[in-house]
Amino acid sequence: MTKTQKIVSAGLLVAFYALIFALEQILPARAMLFTVLKKGAIYALVAVSMNMLNGFTGLFSLGQAGFMLVGAYAYGIFTVPVAERVNVYQYFDGGIIQFTVPVVVALVMAGIAAALFAALVGLPVLRLKSDYLAIATLGFAEIIRAVFQWEKLGPITNGSNLLRKFPTFDSFNITNADGEVMVYLSTFVPFVITGVCVFLMVLLLKSSYGRAFRAIRDDERAAEAMGINLFAHKELSFVISSFFAGVGGAMLAMYQTTVQASAFKSAMTYEILLIVVIGGLGSVTGSCVGSFLFIAASEWWLRGLDSGTFMGISAPTIFRSGFRKVVFAVIIMAIVLFYRKGIMGDSEFSLKGIAAFFKRLFGAKRKRPGTEGG
Amino acid sequence: MAGDGRMNILQINELTMRFGGVTAVDGLSMEINDGEIVALIGPNGAGKTTAFNCVTGVYEPTSGKVSFMGKEISRGTSPDKITRLGIARTFQNIRLFRTMTVLENVLAAKHMRTRHNVLTATLQLSRREEKRVHSEALELLEEQGLLHLKDEISANLPYGLQRHLEIARALATSPRLLLLDEPAAGMNPQETAELADTIRRIRDKYSLTVFIIEHHMDLIMRISDRIYVLDFGKLIASGAPREVQANQRVIDAYLGVANDA
Ligand SMILES: Nc1ncnc2c1ncn2[C@@H]1O[C@H](COP(=O)(O)OP(=O)(O)OP(=O)(O)O)[C@@H](O)[C@H]1O
Ligand SMILES: [Mg+2]
Repeated sequence: MTKTQKIVSAGLLVAFYALIFALEQILPARAMLFTVLKKGAIYALVAVSMNMLNGFTGLFSLGQAGFMLVGAYAYGIFTVPVAERVNVYQYFDGGIIQFTVPVVVALVMAGIAAALFAALVGLPVLRLKSDYLAIATLGFAEIIRAVFQWEKLGPITNGSNLLRKFPTFDSFNITNADGEVMVYLSTFVPFVITGVCVFLMVLLLKSSYGRAFRAIRDDERAAEAMGINLFAHKELSFVISSFFAGVGGAMLAMYQTTVQASAFKSAMTYEILLIVVIGGLGSVTGSCVGSFLFIAASEWWLRGLDSGTFMGISAPTIFRSGFRKVVFAVIIMAIVLFYRKGIMGDSEFSLKGIAAFFKRLFGAKRKRPGTEGG
Repeated sequence: MAGDGRMNILQINELTMRFGGVTAVDGLSMEINDGEIVALIGPNGAGKTTAFNCVTGVYEPTSGKVSFMGKEISRGTSPDKITRLGIARTFQNIRLFRTMTVLENVLAAKHMRTRHNVLTATLQLSRREEKRVHSEALELLEEQGLLHLKDEISANLPYGLQRHLEIARALATSPRLLLLDEPAAGMNPQETAELADTIRRIRDKYSLTVFIIEHHMDLIMRISDRIYVLDFGKLIASGAPREVQANQRVIDAYLGVANDA
């Protein structure tokens, strides 16, 4: 990237964040747009973390929901205000933890907690046959969900009861003495958190370590012959990926305002996997764009289908309850069929890429119209 | 000039490697001294690549021992550790990092020779070190005639250049001993002749010891100090190129076949 490109990209990024900030001040806080933006930001973070592992290191893990659960709990456990603990942990005498940490610290702790679990899972699995990682992480996600609901751990996890009253996205809004919101930040802050995390992951992937990850993905035997310690690098990628999944889990807790283990089902992992595949394995920007499109489609654009009509289509009554899911499934299948490598393939969204795209588009039109293939 | 008084780099004792019923390498003993170019030849399926795989830790030998600079490496030493000790290799069936650029292939091989950790690398705190590695990588590419292709995806290179990239990548690990598995396969006579010069040049420049498997007899005869001949996993001859060339068993087992083909 040249210096000008860097400056222009940075400028666009600042403008984008400014736009988010402005929109939040102007539009009503309950607008659907913000639901999509908030949830999209969370899923984008987790999708990029999953892509780092599946797309860049070539390790197939299905533990995202499990690591998000750990992150969500770590966040909740350490941020419920001490005064509220008697109510929240009502069946466990207020629980055993009687202190709180600042939100930023709790976010980091959420990441570290998820990373620790990942290190433990990875230790036996990645040393021998990393083919088993998918099964092992899926199993981990199922087990951890049960463990966190276990009554014996109630004094810490609140058992099968909700964790609540901890700081949420709305807590970032700046209010005056009467509790009136002066500055809305409940969408802006999650964007900042995701932005910082994705930026760190991009730096990592661009570094020598990212290169080692891709070398392992391309050819394990050759990577090893070049002196790259397979176990150490796979474990590193897995632990870092899980760290950010943990942070994503903490953000999901903030978004949902409550935490309950039973919500972190494997369906969540599949949603994220779908985003990664749709966006393109090995494309960070693909995962980000894919995430917002996915959330917008599933939470917003296709919502109307369940109530019967959408863009003039009215669903027969028998389909009504699940119609959205049917349409959604068809769209996803179409994407996977026509864009086998995802929307972005393994390339990144960049100024140069956009310029090249338009050049190609117009150049191709002049020469042989319509022969340009995807 | 071979052998006499020079430091022993690689020592193989009674090396045997079995795969189920197949004995790919059968009691191979040999040694390589500092600065030599030693060839391992033999008909297809003779066990040459398997011998390389035992030296580089891909396989743990069924029996026997491999030592590198006096240290046993045949048991419990993983391939990456062996590379870090100073043995590098190229692959017979080219194994480049296919989706990565030419330059990235070499940089990836420099990863473990870079003084950094995941934090300093991510936060770009080891810039000076990165610069050093980068310029060394460019130098290696220049040497192999690949500099102008540095940003090309490696899988798109023509075959001959992919083999040169394999050599550049192996050199990037800063080896003492370089193993080349059929580096001239798929090259035309002109390219093969140039390869001979390249091998000698890098041997001198980087004070390497070279252990080479090749089917091109003219290349082998030109560059090797000594030759070992394998047939059905067994060593059938060894010595200076002229001696080996005149050996009747070698002619029967290998050269005869090669000349017919
Ligand atoms: N991983 C393996 N599993 C089973 N058999 C193997 C394995 N690797 C090699 N062999 C067998 O060992 C024998 C020696 O193979 P090797 O590849 O070492 O021969 P080579 O001398 O390198 O031949 P070429 O000149 O064709 O490369 C062959 O019969 C081969 O089929
Ligand atoms: Mg071979």
